[in-house]
Amino acid sequence: MSATIGLLRDELAACCERIDRPLQLMEVCGTHTVSLFRSGVRSLLPASLRMVSGPGCPVCVTAQRHIDAAIELAQRDGVLIATYGDMLRVPGRAGSLERLRALGARVLVVNSARTALQAAREDRGTDVVFLAVGFETTAPATAAVLLEAERGGDENFSVLTSHKRVVPAMLALLTAGEVPLDGFLCPGHVSVIIGAEAYRPIVERHRKPCVVAGFEPEQMMRGILALARQVESGRAALENVYRGVVSDDGNRVAQALMRRVFVAADTPWRALGTLRESGLDLSPAYRRFDAMRRFGVHVGEDVDDPECRCGEVIQGKVEPAECPLFATRCTPLTPIGPCMVSSEGTCAAWHRFERGARSRRAARFPQEVLR
Amino acid sequence: MIARDAASEAVRPADVRKASAFAAGSSDEFIVLAHGGGGELTQRLIQEHVLPDLANPILAPLTDGAVMEPIDGEIVFTTDSYVVTPIEFPGGDIGRLAVCGTVNDLAVMGAEPVAIGLSLIIEEGLPLRTFDRVMASIVATAAEVPVRIVTGDTKVIERRSGDGLLINTAGIGRRRRGTVIGLERIEPGDAILINGTIADHGLTVMSTRHGIEFDSELRSDAAPLYGLIHTVMASGVDVHFMRDATRGGLAGVLADICEGRGVTAVVEESRIPMTSTSRHAAEMLGLDPLTVANEGKVVLVVAQSHVEQALACLRGHPFGRRAEVIGTISDAQSPLAELVTRIGGRRIIPRPYGEDLPRIC
Repeated sequence: MSATIGLLRDELAACCERIDRPLQLMEVCGTHTVSLFRSGVRSLLPASLRMVSGPGCPVCVTAQRHIDAAIELAQRDGVLIATYGDMLRVPGRAGSLERLRALGARVLVVNSARTALQAAREDRGTDVVFLAVGFETTAPATAAVLLEAERGGDENFSVLTSHKRVVPAMLALLTAGEVPLDGFLCPGHVSVIIGAEAYRPIVERHRKPCVVAGFEPEQMMRGILALARQVESGRAALENVYRGVVSDDGNRVAQALMRRVFVAADTPWRALGTLRESGLDLSPAYRRFDAMRRFGVHVGEDVDDPECRCGEVIQGKVEPAECPLFATRCTPLTPIGPCMVSSEGTCAAWHRFERGARSRRAARFPQEVLR
Repeated sequence: MIARDAASEAVRPADVRKASAFAAGSSDEFIVLAHGGGGELTQRLIQEHVLPDLANPILAPLTDGAVMEPIDGEIVFTTDSYVVTPIEFPGGDIGRLAVCGTVNDLAVMGAEPVAIGLSLIIEEGLPLRTFDRVMASIVATAAEVPVRIVTGDTKVIERRSGDGLLINTAGIGRRRRGTVIGLERIEPGDAILINGTIADHGLTVMSTRHGIEFDSELRSDAAPLYGLIHTVMASGVDVHFMRDATRGGLAGVLADICEGRGVTAVVEESRIPMTSTSRHAAEMLGLDPLTVANEGKVVLVVAQSHVEQALACLRGHPFGRRAEVIGTISDAQSPLAELVTRIGGRRIIPRPYGEDLPRIC
């Protein structure tokens, strides 16, 4: 173990001991969830500190209706769906894109919005629909490509947009108040775009500590320690241990791009319902690129498997192992909820790293003792 | 079989290719369905693009089956199929993969590769030049081992996914009687070794597929490992178990060991060799390098008392320069592979599920 990590671990343990009550922190971002597991940081945390995952996995928070719309489009003649890989296995009412692809639908996995536009340019006879999902991390890229499509007159390109904003979801969780939280480990990637100051309302309105951290083990340990120290001293402050990468104001160019192409809109989230100004819709000037309008897709109501608890998982209300489907009917090979599909999903991470139950914290650490 | 109708024609020298007079712009540049029809075009494909480089006394008569000398020892027989997109990538191509994969399957069984059978399933539209490059790569890799390609077949199918070429192989190996290498020989206390950096192949293919470039070049590690493994075994190292870490990566082999033998494998992340480019690429694609495919890596389980010797043998070979002892086998609480992470934390190394999906952000 490196000396620094050892030191951080010891300081954190001492701090948690002084706090002398269970502590519950939320890592908002799916990449944090996975990094905490993969790096072994979770195994170094004191027993009284619990990290719960938040609504920061883009695939997991995408409402069922968007998946269904994508699947409906994939079945139309002359349409090619271009999607990030994570969306491939998310089950909709009529199966997943992966299944449709096996049955002959045209589904292309892309790493960027630009690749989707390229596909449209290479095949003018095909309508390419890009599934624009993700937080403010991927939204600027969608915006940039739409500007490009506008300039290039790429009329066979459109987007099915369900971009989300991270801060409104955090605020909604706090307003609902159903999950006791002592603070937020704020996502590194999104914060590069929106800036650390974006979390100010959480600190000021809800008096919750917020610390922006990167994804290296040392970064995450520092972030968690900073949160614990705030709790210990009864403070709620906005801290940024990812300086140099995340600035206070974020990336203004990317923000301007988003402002030009998108407008904030009330958007449905899986399990959270429709949250005020929590998503990004195409602004009037770019609505002609909206696949929903162009193809007249009708989206029904969201129908989730009644036993699936993904909705509670992404709000940090339950841990995956508390879901009756976890590792029984719902596995990475047969995912029922999106939390099991995405590589960043909480259930997938648990299934990968916590099976075999080395630390069944849920059992020793019931929710009631918190606060 | 490789066009036995052509058996009466003598094998022509390679330069005939240039002089071939197919209709311009069509079948002289691309494989067409007729190349698989068994007629004139098939003959020419075999004679001009397959045989010139590949010919050996067993293959050359183009009989229905290869007739070989008797084998002294146990016969090890294997088969494998190769499907990769794109078919050419930095560090190799589907041809090199096919030979390496077959040879490595034999070698980890403790066998010396004797002969390979090669079936080429070609999609129409594959440029003949690409086909020639793949054939040359097959020949070069086979010579590197060395192993003979003694029988084969070609078929042409309609254009499908556009991958161009699929290969199926069979391999025959010879192994000393009484050789015992297997899961059942793994014991607590044994050391786990690997012959070099992991994840290079899978990351190379994936980033080529997605058109992602990195500062320094990623290269597939595709390599035939018979020579390396032979060096270790011939030196008297008591190898308890070997497996090449292909699909499923290092994690897949560790899961095989733990589940198959009912032991715990404890592996130290900081000792697993990896290039910084691969580390960076895996991070960017959101992939766990432990689960990414290799095509030139073998995991060896050897008795502790033989570790130094095994390591010295591996490092003395070009395909083992960066060999490391990465972990040990311990008594099982539960049959799981465990990783001591770079920062000293611990986590499970799960068996990978299937296709790795690059993440969103």
